[in-house]
Amino acid sequence: MTKSVFLGTVAAAGLCAGFASAATLDDVKARGELNCGVTTGLVGFAAPDANGNWSGFDVDVCKAVAAAVLGDATKVKYVPTTGQTRFTALASGEIDLLARNTTWTFSRDTDLKFTFVGVNYYDGQGFMVRKDLGVTSAKELEGATVCIQTGTTTELNLADFFKTNNLSYIPVAIETNAEGEQQYLAGACDTYTTDASGLASTRAALADPENHVILPEIISKEPLGPLVRHGDDQWADIARWTLNALIAAEEYGITSANIDELAKGTENPEINRMLGNEGDLGAMVGLDAQWAYRAIKASGNFGEIFAANIGESTPIGLARGLNAQWTQGGLLYSPPFR
Amino acid sequence: MAIVTEAPKAGFRLSMLIYDTRYRSITIQIVVLLLFMAGAAWLVDNTVRNLQALGKDFNFSFLWNRAGYDINQRLVEYTNDSTHGRALLIGLLNTLLVAAMGCVTATIIGVFVGVLRLSKNWLVARLMTVYVEVFRNVPVLLWILIIYAIFTEVMPAPNAFRGEAATSSMVLFDSFAFTNRYAAAPEPLFSRSLGNIDIGIFLISIDLLAIIAAITGGILVNRAIKAHATRVQEATGVRPVTWWKSLLVLFGPLLVVLFALGFHLGYPELRGFNFVGGTLISNSLMALWLALSVYTGAFIAEAVRAGILAISHGQSEAAFALGLRPGRTMNLVILPQALRVIIPPLISQYLNLTKNSSLAIAVGYLDLRGTLGGITLNQTGRELECVLLMMLIYLALSLLISAAMNVYNNSVRLKER
Repeated sequence: MTKSVFLGTVAAAGLCAGFASAATLDDVKARGELNCGVTTGLVGFAAPDANGNWSGFDVDVCKAVAAAVLGDATKVKYVPTTGQTRFTALASGEIDLLARNTTWTFSRDTDLKFTFVGVNYYDGQGFMVRKDLGVTSAKELEGATVCIQTGTTTELNLADFFKTNNLSYIPVAIETNAEGEQQYLAGACDTYTTDASGLASTRAALADPENHVILPEIISKEPLGPLVRHGDDQWADIARWTLNALIAAEEYGITSANIDELAKGTENPEINRMLGNEGDLGAMVGLDAQWAYRAIKASGNFGEIFAANIGESTPIGLARGLNAQWTQGGLLYSPPFR
Repeated sequence: MAIVTEAPKAGFRLSMLIYDTRYRSITIQIVVLLLFMAGAAWLVDNTVRNLQALGKDFNFSFLWNRAGYDINQRLVEYTNDSTHGRALLIGLLNTLLVAAMGCVTATIIGVFVGVLRLSKNWLVARLMTVYVEVFRNVPVLLWILIIYAIFTEVMPAPNAFRGEAATSSMVLFDSFAFTNRYAAAPEPLFSRSLGNIDIGIFLISIDLLAIIAAITGGILVNRAIKAHATRVQEATGVRPVTWWKSLLVLFGPLLVVLFALGFHLGYPELRGFNFVGGTLISNSLMALWLALSVYTGAFIAEAVRAGILAISHGQSEAAFALGLRPGRTMNLVILPQALRVIIPPLISQYLNLTKNSSLAIAVGYLDLRGTLGGITLNQTGRELECVLLMMLIYLALSLLISAAMNVYNNSVRLKER
């Protein structure tokens, strides 16, 4: 097994010899399909339905990029990745874009040679416990058994949190969210910890969400965002500005309902520039003038995507909080389209 | 009439490399070797160039950085402040632990099942056949997962042991608790402990060394007593009674040492979320151990059966003719000879078991694959270094097991005089 992993790595490295250096944009266009890395299944963020159609908050980022680049939001091949396999998949060129609630950290950005193109969800790590345990704070978790996904930043935060608060715990390493859910439900761990958004999603998918609570402590900063390989700045620009277009669209009130109207021309020059009626922003990133129009059209602006997948009207029921526009007291702030 | 013909001049032509049988095999070998080396060089060169293209370097300095993660099952001291190198050591020790435990139980299971499968008792023989065929023909990963799932789903949570209305209770005088997370067992404690020796990498308990010394000493003296008894028997024909001497030398020193060290048991008790005090043996370790044992045991059983069948039937007939009962025939005549046939396949089963232990990741048991090849690899992003190091360690481990078993194989080999 070990051997095959290595040979696989070597073979992948070999096959992708020319791959990593060539322009990702050309590869994607030639392939006619965007390879997008997502989770193995986290309801609301990325999960396949009964027919195998993927949907979710992260999936919509993939769709927007595919729409901008290829002109068709359905031309995406979703590659499920675990916390362990995601970086290898991206580094080896198996996927072009990783949109898998991945935390933006210094070492991932620099040492692992990736480029984070922005933040699509400001998150923090939390704990979920059964209500009947009577625990109201994470600081009461002395000696608890904690289920934790390996290969994640949460694993390190967990160790730091318990160390800082002088508490002991028993970690149980698990591979995927589904496995964590199963272990937690079987009572093999007292608490399950991951990003608070992931907990909300997991809790919503339980048979009895009312019997489980998410503790108030948020023990870390987890800015989640899509990322690409180092070294292809044009591709990074495309991903970055597609995400920014979604965010700016919400700020300027461009929605999937009125975008066709606005695309005919408006009084606002910035909207005109974004939607391709003025200037040549598209050509600057190697795309046509309509790229942002198609990206927004795919699943709506950031606010619409949020509301449809994880917002308060969905079972996951996340409030906008930090993820509101800067004008609403949140952290979302797109640089100007100019 | 002798005609002396001049031998043709032995000139060397290039075509002889192919058409002359004296050179052909060497030519082929050289060509294949060159191709192999070119392939290897291509792989290395490709890796180096791709690493450069990605802007990654190749070094192992990360092993001295702080690991930052915790490991629940460990044999020596480790905290999240320890280095990645130490996490590697913990993983290696965990691998060795489960491999050693697995090899011992698999051998015991294998020998019993292999012998019983040849039993004349129809039911016993068929039952053993069913065992072998079922366990041998289902992938070991599934066995690991099934056994782990049984532990997790069927056993009670620690909470069930709590309070007056507890639905589960501890067994064996309240000393063992089997939960869906771990088995809590009493731990040996010494009130007059001699402390530890620090050998640089980890601490070794002097208490443990003293106990091992007492046991080894007892065994050696017992052997001398038995040898003496045999000599007396050969000289006089009467074997002196030795059982009480054996008992005394085997257990006397051990009891004295234990008493001197103030040996007592620390019982686990439920406090907070989990049992504390005592030793916690995680279910992942037990599931992995059990699954590897029963799976490999099935293969060993077949090797044992083959070994026994390889011994000529005349051997048992001769033994019966001498008046030996079936049990003694098996122990004294058949098995010692069968060992020669059994040991070589047994070596490869031990190697398989050790390598299969890397499936531990499936149940979250942090062995070498889980620490170095799992968390460390992920947190540092050093795939190539970690995987290469892991391969080297498994390779070294396998070669060591092979070497040790080969020494044993040589000792039981048919001695030709």
